[in-house]
Formats: sequence, structure tokens, C-alpha cells
Amino acid sequence: MKDNLLRRIWFFYVDGFKSMTIGKTLWLIILIKLFIMFFILKLFFFPNFLKGKTEEQKQKYVSEELINRAITE
Amino acid sequence: MFESIDTSLIDWSRAQFALTAMYHWLFVPLTLGLAMIMGIMETVYYKTGSVFWKNVTQFWQTIFGINFAVGIATGIILEFEFGTNWSNYSMFVGDIFGAPLAIEGILAFFMESTFVAVMYFGWNKVSKKFHLASTWLTGVGATISAWWILVANSWMQYPVGMQFNPDTVRNEMVDFFAVAFSPMAVVKFFHTVMSGWVLGAIFVVGVSSWYLLKKRHVEFAKASIKIGATFGIVASLIVALTGDISGVQIAKLQPMKMAAAEGLEDGGNGVSFTVVDDIKIPKMLSILATHDIDGYVPGINNLLNGGYKLPNGETALSAEEKIERGKKAIVALANYRKAVKENDAAAKADAKKILDENMPYFGYGYIKDPKSLVPPVGLTFWSFRIMVGLGGFFILLFIVVWWFHRKNKYQDMPWLQKVALWTIPLGYIACQAGWIVAEVGRQPWAIQDMLPVNAAISKLQTGSVQLTFFIFLILFTIMLIAEICIMVKSIKKGPEEIEQQA
Repeated sequence: MKDNLLRRIWFFYVDGFKSMTIGKTLWLIILIKLFIMFFILKLFFFPNFLKGKTEEQKQKYVSEELINRAITE
Repeated sequence: MFESIDTSLIDWSRAQFALTAMYHWLFVPLTLGLAMIMGIMETVYYKTGSVFWKNVTQFWQTIFGINFAVGIATGIILEFEFGTNWSNYSMFVGDIFGAPLAIEGILAFFMESTFVAVMYFGWNKVSKKFHLASTWLTGVGATISAWWILVANSWMQYPVGMQFNPDTVRNEMVDFFAVAFSPMAVVKFFHTVMSGWVLGAIFVVGVSSWYLLKKRHVEFAKASIKIGATFGIVASLIVALTGDISGVQIAKLQPMKMAAAEGLEDGGNGVSFTVVDDIKIPKMLSILATHDIDGYVPGINNLLNGGYKLPNGETALSAEEKIERGKKAIVALANYRKAVKENDAAAKADAKKILDENMPYFGYGYIKDPKSLVPPVGLTFWSFRIMVGLGGFFILLFIVVWWFHRKNKYQDMPWLQKVALWTIPLGYIACQAGWIVAEVGRQPWAIQDMLPVNAAISKLQTGSVQLTFFIFLILFTIMLIAEICIMVKSIKKGPEEIEQQA
């Protein structure tokens, strides 16, 4: 019963994708866009600023940033 | 203790964020608006069983699909930017900002994605009732998604339901419902989502008018105009109503934004509303801002100098006094962290007390010149007038189109059809102008009163922000051109089957 349901869902999507006309162009646009976002932009232009820091180090870093940027004189 | 941050870095980071957000908002409102209109059209099909209405629905679903596919995930870049360009902000806001975004991602996005598949693939495969439910749930998913994004944005405009924890250097959520249902979030949700509905209605009426001008698919166009204009009247009136409520709220919670939107240097009681230049409506600003003909509205100078009576009876602080309190809060944070390091319980308690007392003014400690508390007045002033002026025009247009359509005369009025067609870009301009008022009008704050942009920003190379700005500009423009080309092609092709059915 469960297998049958999964099969039906699977073929629902397969048939849907097969019968698409304009949708194929749209899927191509979506895939190109996601590739650019995650493999190019994320990899080369979005370095994780706090990466590699422990939670304590992050707190220390941000607190120093917030304190040092203030004008206290 | 002053560490200078390059102002061009701030400007380029703001420009990059604004660019991304503005492109994102080209796609979202049409998704929100068309989703509802498709739902109404399919409901008519469900009730009447007419194949004509099925085809009308399917045509607009195709247009919805193009917009949805091209616009999908443009918001993800905004989330990247929070982590990279605004990392201090991201750490400072903690889970308050992350929680609504996570809910949006998990609940709303999956709901939307699941049912959109049934909506497109399910014709003739699932029951009519289930398909109708899927169409509506696609729209509901998009709307819930917008809710959580707007909750996050509203918190930046009016931070509530949190407590600053100096140990973690984060604001921690203490009242989920205060965040999720803050008055700012509720009003912003209705105002923003309904503005998307208005754009959807403008789009449907405009495209349908083009068919009438070309004398093609006339029955389809008339049926679409009937739904679009009726829906547009309701949505645009709600936008006007929520805009009025929003005005009172902004006057109370973000008075500098209100003063900038009005270009009001010196306020007072019974203040006039400036339409443009010297054209003023007596007492109108007081009515709009306070719902009282003689209500007090502070101007930019009043807000900087303080000394006027607040609605709660207290005397307003000057910018200088707020800056002093902000500095005290930041020094207290430094002392607290030092006391923790040195294990000095008494000093820790003292610092915590001072920090808690002055925390509402924390962000003012980063303000060097009180004049920098004034947002760009010209841009806010004119964006506000464009938004309100176009909003009024849309109400009028929908009523006129609806009326002539009802009298069966609209198809013989090419001038009005041309007006409706050329209103499509105006719908986008109004939506963008609304966000400019909301976001430019609250500068210099990343979080109102708590964190200005010069403290929220990451230490990046200005050159790398400039580079990514232009990459995004090119990428988004290509996507926009792709969308326009595919959409125009589909519209030109038209609902062929409908003509046969009709």
C-alpha cells in the first residue's frame, strides 16, 4: 500500500515533468540560477565571516567589534 | 576607542542590499497577487464546471509559473548578505531574526513547493476539489512565507519581545508572540501583502486590456477584467486603510521617518500636510499621524532637540542625551565583559544594571553627529508621495474599469485600455517606492535605536562589495530580461484554447 502510494507520487512527478512545455525552459533557468548562487557566489564571494570560530570566540569577536566601534570620548 | 569604518563600504553594502531586495520585490508581489486571483478563477470553475473558466485559470497559472520560477530563491542572496556584509548585525540579533526566517523556510516554503506541483501537474489527475485546494494552498503558502519575512523586517523597525544578553552578545527572544504578532508586523503584513494583490490585479487588468486593444481573446479578457477589477478595488481599499493605520504607527514608533517623509523641519500642533512644494492641506498631517485635528507631530529639529511632551506625558530626550545614554550602555558592556573575565561579581552586577537602564539607547552610542540621525529627506519625501499618489490612482482606475465593464462599454474604450496597460509599470514603481519609504526612512538604523548600519556592518574590502554589486546587477538584469521575454512571448501567444471554447 505504502509502496503503491510512493510509486504513484513518483509517477505523478515524472509524468508532470515529461508533459511540461514552457516549464522545461523555466526549470533550466532555475537550475542555472541555483548553480550560480550556490557554487559560484557562495563559494567565491560569500566567505563565512565567523567560520572556524567557537561560540565563545564568536562572542568575543563581536563584543570587541561592538565596543571598539563606539565613540566613547 | 573609535574605530573608523569606511563610509563608502557602508554605502556600497547598503546599495548591494537595496539592489537585491528591490529585484526580489519585483517578483514577490506578483506571485502574491496572481496566486489569489488564480484561486478565485479556479473557484468559479469549480462552482460552474465551465471549461472556459478552467482555461482562464490555466492561462494565468502559466504567467504565475513564469514569475514564480524566475523569482524563486532571489531572497536567498539577501540571507547570504546578512551573514557576510552584516555579520555584527546577524550575531547581535541572534535567533530573533533567524527564527522567523527558519519558520518561513521550513513551513511556508515547503507548503508552497508541494502544492505548486499539484497545481501544475495535477490537472485531470487529482479531483477538482483537491486541485482547487492545492491552488489556494499555494497562495496561502506564499502568503505565510511573506508573513514571517515581514515579522523579521518589522522587528528591525520596532524591536520587541527580546532581552540583550551581554554574555552571548545577543538579543534573546523572551516573548515569541510579541515578536510574531507585534503591531508593526500585523499592519506591515496586511499593507505589504495587499499591495502585492493590487499589483496582481493591475497586471491582470492591464494584460487583458492589451487583448482588447488587439481585439483578441475578447471573452477571456472580459472575464479576467471582471475578476481583476473587482479584486483590485477590494485590495486597494484595504491598502489605503492599512496605510492610514501604518501612518499613525510610524508617527508613534518611528517619528523621524514620519518627519522625513513629510520634509517637516519644525513640528507642532495642527500641522499641515505638504502635497508638493507650497501646496498644503491644513491640519491634515496631524489628522494622518495622530487621528486628531490638533495632534502634535514633531519635526526633524524637535526630534533632534527634544524637550517636547511625549504621548505618555514624559519629556522627549534630545539626540545628544540619547547619544550619552548609548555611550553609557556600550561602556557598561565593555565593563561587564571585563568583570566576567576578572571574575568580579560586584563590578559585573553594577555594569549589568547600567547596561539594562541604557540598553534602549544602545545604538546611539555609535552616532558621531546628531545630524546623521536624519534619513535622506528628499528620497523619503518623494517616494512617499509616489506611493500614496499611485495608490489613489489605482483605486480610481479599478473603480472606473469595473464600472465601464459592468456597463459593457469597456471594450469600446481604447484610451482607458491603454491607461490600464501602462499602469502595469506604475504598479511596480508604487511597490518599490513603498519599500524605499520603509527602509530609507529608517536610516541610519539597522535595528531601530539599537544598532546603526556603521556598527552592523562587517569589515570587508570595499572593492569586493563593489565587485559583487555589479555581479548581482548583471545577474539580476539577465533574469529580469529572461522573465520579461518569456512572459511577453506567452502573453502574445495567448490563451488559444480559450477562443475555441468561447
